[in-house]
Amino acid sequence: MRDRDDQRRIDRLGALLAGIGALAAVLLPFVIAKPNRIVAGEPLGLVAALPGAAGWPVAAVLLLAGVLTILDRRPGVRLAVAGAALAAVCLAVGVAADGLTPEGDRYGRVSPGGAFWLLAAVSLLAATDALARMSLRPAGRIGALVIAAGATAALLASGAWADLSFMREYAARADVFWREAARHGVLAVGSLAAAIAMGLPLGILCHRSARLRQALMPTLTLIQTIPSMALFGILMAPLGALAAALPLAHDLGIRGIGLAPALLALFLYALLPVVANTAVGLADVPAAVTDAGRGMGLTDRQLLTRVELPLAFPVILTGIRIVLVQNIGLATVAALIGGGGFGTFVFQGIGQTAMDLVLLGAVPTIALAFASAVILDAAAEAARRRPA
Amino acid sequence: MIELDHVTKRYGDAAVVDDVSLTVERGTIMVIVGTSGSGKSTLLRMINRLVAPTKGRILIDGRDTAGLPEHDLRRGIGYAIQGHGLFPHRTVAENIATVPRLLKWEKDRVDERIDALLAAFALEPGLFRDKYPHQLSGGEQQRVGVARALAADPAVLLMDEPFGALDPIIRDKAQEDLLAVQRRLGTTVVLVTHDMDEAFRLGHRVAVMADGRVRQVGTPADLLTRPADAFVSRLTGTNDRALKLLSVRPVGSVVSPGPADGPPLPETASLRDALSALLWSGARALPVADASGRPLGRVTLDAVLASGRVG
Repeated sequence: MRDRDDQRRIDRLGALLAGIGALAAVLLPFVIAKPNRIVAGEPLGLVAALPGAAGWPVAAVLLLAGVLTILDRRPGVRLAVAGAALAAVCLAVGVAADGLTPEGDRYGRVSPGGAFWLLAAVSLLAATDALARMSLRPAGRIGALVIAAGATAALLASGAWADLSFMREYAARADVFWREAARHGVLAVGSLAAAIAMGLPLGILCHRSARLRQALMPTLTLIQTIPSMALFGILMAPLGALAAALPLAHDLGIRGIGLAPALLALFLYALLPVVANTAVGLADVPAAVTDAGRGMGLTDRQLLTRVELPLAFPVILTGIRIVLVQNIGLATVAALIGGGGFGTFVFQGIGQTAMDLVLLGAVPTIALAFASAVILDAAAEAARRRPA
Repeated sequence: MIELDHVTKRYGDAAVVDDVSLTVERGTIMVIVGTSGSGKSTLLRMINRLVAPTKGRILIDGRDTAGLPEHDLRRGIGYAIQGHGLFPHRTVAENIATVPRLLKWEKDRVDERIDALLAAFALEPGLFRDKYPHQLSGGEQQRVGVARALAADPAVLLMDEPFGALDPIIRDKAQEDLLAVQRRLGTTVVLVTHDMDEAFRLGHRVAVMADGRVRQVGTPADLLTRPADAFVSRLTGTNDRALKLLSVRPVGSVVSPGPADGPPLPETASLRDALSALLWSGARALPVADASGRPLGRVTLDAVLASGRVG
């Protein structure tokens, strides 16, 4: 009886999301059509933006999705509904851009408007919420991520978005985009690898020596409190001096600006979570377990590699997740000191007041951080689940 | 045989273990009993050098333990502790295989040994081999802990409050199992406890420790009838010492020839159990039989009462 009562009641989160979506669809422009990338454009609502009467079926799909997400509490249905709404919005914005762009025009820009962003955002939130309610196992979550990535890739490859503003920005600089994407990866993953290589042994030493822990932890915490811009700036001076003094260092790429200070700064930010989580994970290993291990004749190294590290691994992995997500975001700032990465587009776009270019840098960064978080969360949970 | 020869452990100025000499005969159980802070655990942990003695020597079968690398020494000594200390990420079989694998035994020999030990501790091998420690009850975890300590057939087994975390009924069973396994394997056991009843039940000899020194070493009956000082007699308890004395003596020690009616008592039962049976049945005497049920004679109420008297 209670279940049935529950099912009849409206879903509060669904009502909130549907309400935001409805307001956005009615009040905000779905796209903004501009004769070129810099001037202010003409805002168009959902129905006006789409050619002919194509806007009405899209509106009908969204309305139905809104109603279902308020009334139906089954996670599978909610996921399907949210996915359908997201697909409808994404396809509609591509069709709108195509219809509003004159044949052969190279300067016109059709940007997604507030209604598109909010509708896409509430659909994504509804989909993630539905997935969370399904409480998938780690493998299932990775599977959902792969499906989402595949759908995104298919959408981009299909050319349905070819006339959208940021895809035009992409088309104009596809080579540069992939170069900066690779650079972004090097910054985030390279600094993480260095932080693991250095942080793991430091964490082990901190676990063994209280004196080292008391000296190192506050230092690393202090580094975390330095704003990223300031840290990039602080590192320019010593690295610049090093490059000036040592031609070899300069030739190796160790200079005041560029990749070296960016990697070093990200590495320094990454160190605290890795060291702290390693030390905490090792400290959480029950004393009786290490005492029994030592008492049975495991050497210190055997105890570390066979007992302590495997038991601390889930906690260490959580630290690595924090670092990776944090570094993917922070790496954008590296563009300011010539470090490259997606930040290049963000800061170029800000400089030229071209928001489409900002999006070209910001959206992949967010997608990358989100995907890393999902993957590493799933890995940490799998590690915790395995023997437990 | 384990010999402790004027062993001292100091932390700074404080002597936690102060000039202790003690001999544990091969194949016997020595229980070290004392209050917390008496130095009993430290003394035990010096035998496998988890704690390094400040002064003195420890010999096992005549060999100075200081002459071996620590991990080699420990692989030859079983070690079981309170809270079992099983590796939570390893199965029961992997836990038991720890020391045999460190000693590089053949895989077949390890597997055989795992199954034999599980069976010896009444844990069905097919059922328990692949379980993880968190899937076991407290009593099962404790038995696996002792099985793991015995895995490489050590001549010496060290136990630090091994039954401290168990409830009374399971503890009783665990003590019985330990006695049976020790009798069968002839292992030399040193066990630390704060529980005097446990000490009397398990120990062939009992060492009472206080403030880092051994106050008295002797059989349970020695400690009860001839306590060396006020501390020992306080620890052994004066209210029920006659009953305790009966509980450490077997029926077999007072059997006399002659007939008696009623269900026979096993000769290994304690005189305390015999007294209880005599009081309950109202009889003046009960028959006694050996393990196979063969009649040995009888035990009389008078003989039991005489055994509870000092001297």
